[in-house]
Amino acid sequence: MSIQPLVQLESITKNFGPNEVLKGVDLEVSSGEVVCILGPSGSGKSTLLRCINFIEQPTSGLVFVGDEVIGHRRTEDPEVLQQVHENAIARQRSEIGMVFQRFNLFPHMTVLENITHAPRLVRGHSAAVANEAAMALLEKVGLADRAAAYPRQLSGGQQQRVAIARALAMEPRLMLFDEPTSALDPELVGEVLKVMKELAAGGLTMIVVTHEIGFAREVADRVVFMDGGVIVEQGSPAEVIGNPQNPRTRAFLSRVLK
Amino acid sequence: MTPTQATARITYRIVPVKHWARWIAAIATAAVLVWIVASFAGAQIDWPTVGEYFTFPAIVSGMGITVALTVVSMLIGIALGVLVAVMRLSSNPVVSGIAWIYVWFFRGTPVYLQLLLWFNIALVFPVVGIPGLIEGRTVDVVSPFVAAILGLGLNQGAYTSEVVRAGILSVDEGQGEAAKALGLPGTATMRTVVLPQAMRVILPPIGNETIGMLKTTSLASAIGASEVLNEAQHVYLVNNMIMELLIVSGIWYLLAVSVLSVIQYYVERRFAKGSSSKALPLTPWQKVVWFFTSRRSVA
Repeated sequence: MSIQPLVQLESITKNFGPNEVLKGVDLEVSSGEVVCILGPSGSGKSTLLRCINFIEQPTSGLVFVGDEVIGHRRTEDPEVLQQVHENAIARQRSEIGMVFQRFNLFPHMTVLENITHAPRLVRGHSAAVANEAAMALLEKVGLADRAAAYPRQLSGGQQQRVAIARALAMEPRLMLFDEPTSALDPELVGEVLKVMKELAAGGLTMIVVTHEIGFAREVADRVVFMDGGVIVEQGSPAEVIGNPQNPRTRAFLSRVLK
Repeated sequence: MTPTQATARITYRIVPVKHWARWIAAIATAAVLVWIVASFAGAQIDWPTVGEYFTFPAIVSGMGITVALTVVSMLIGIALGVLVAVMRLSSNPVVSGIAWIYVWFFRGTPVYLQLLLWFNIALVFPVVGIPGLIEGRTVDVVSPFVAAILGLGLNQGAYTSEVVRAGILSVDEGQGEAAKALGLPGTATMRTVVLPQAMRVILPPIGNETIGMLKTTSLASAIGASEVLNEAQHVYLVNNMIMELLIVSGIWYLLAVSVLSVIQYYVERRFAKGSSSKALPLTPWQKVVWFFTSRRSVA
């Protein structure tokens, strides 16, 4: 039996009206791998990430995560996939963590409630179990003392670290990061990247859409460069960032690394 | 910072801004008030009668009916409003279509007409109930009170649904996405993430509409519901104390609205949780307490 990749994207396309954002993307990510997706804005990298957990439903193509086909159920006929309802997709999503550019913490809940909400509601954990796990996660992201605060009382960097803890509380097998540091003041970027580096070192499978070339070079196992809705080039950070082959990759990097 | 300023500093006398407009407005208002009070005092109004009828059993029980109509109709209105708002935003075209038709009909006809419609519903449906289980003649079931609740509640639901819909749409899309990404089902997302945040937008107009409802219940006197204005009319048709009884019911309405305003203030405060990085401002009552306690501690 060959080793299956944890994530497998098969010819993903996505149209917004007449606008073709993704034009057939194939990507495989192994368990424990950290993949950074780079590319100019409008290249479709965020849309691709959102297609993986069906926050955005692909126009065509399939997303395999582990044994699951996201948005579908396997049938007795191996060649037939049954589309499933929103609630079944919700169950599949609970295995995939996501961190957003603008944090999207729930402002009416405390930090602790933000983190325990889904484990209690979706997994049915008791308050005690969920609180204990949440406190351990807050310890991990260095915010144990802010458990009772409301998100608006925190800095952007602190909010994003809470958002990471909230996603981890569901014990996901895969984490998606959608430009996690783009909305932060420059001096707050470091504290979020530090947490992400620790997660990568801990063996978590991560797909990170980012503009942080330094982070990609240092942490990524593989860098994927996207432009115009397709993957233009991929390989190790040394290959793609250090010695890009495609003229579009070179043009992008020369603009970013100036 | 010129050297002259540094050497010869002038001690300025500060002249405060004169608020002429405030003074003019205050004097004009006082004059109008004096005139109104004088008119009422000089009119043929028997003030002891006002005091006497203020606690007249029929008036008090009428006020009870008014409050009951308000509370029950608003509860129906809010429940329906939330349901219909969520239906309007559904991706299912049948569901959103039904919601649209409901709002179209109940917002498109006067509430007075709807009250008359419910009161006379027996003309269309002579019997109500589940055939074979519970059945009754509609005329017996739909009393003036029931007709008023149906008419006011269903009409309110149509308006409330628009308020709730606006509230739901005011919540940042990222909130729903974050809940989705955590694996929350749609109903849990709506109930625990979107609606609590929408409340801040929904509550002020709902408070307004509750106050509006309290007064709209007076229309139910047209179908014979024995609310306070209807009772007042019954009384003055007998004793001819028209102004006196109207003043009595007016005072009752003002009292009830004042109580509702206080409730509204505290409910809105409760849902402001987490909406600002600053602490909530003190309530008027807390301010009064603070005023006295802080003074005492200084002295």
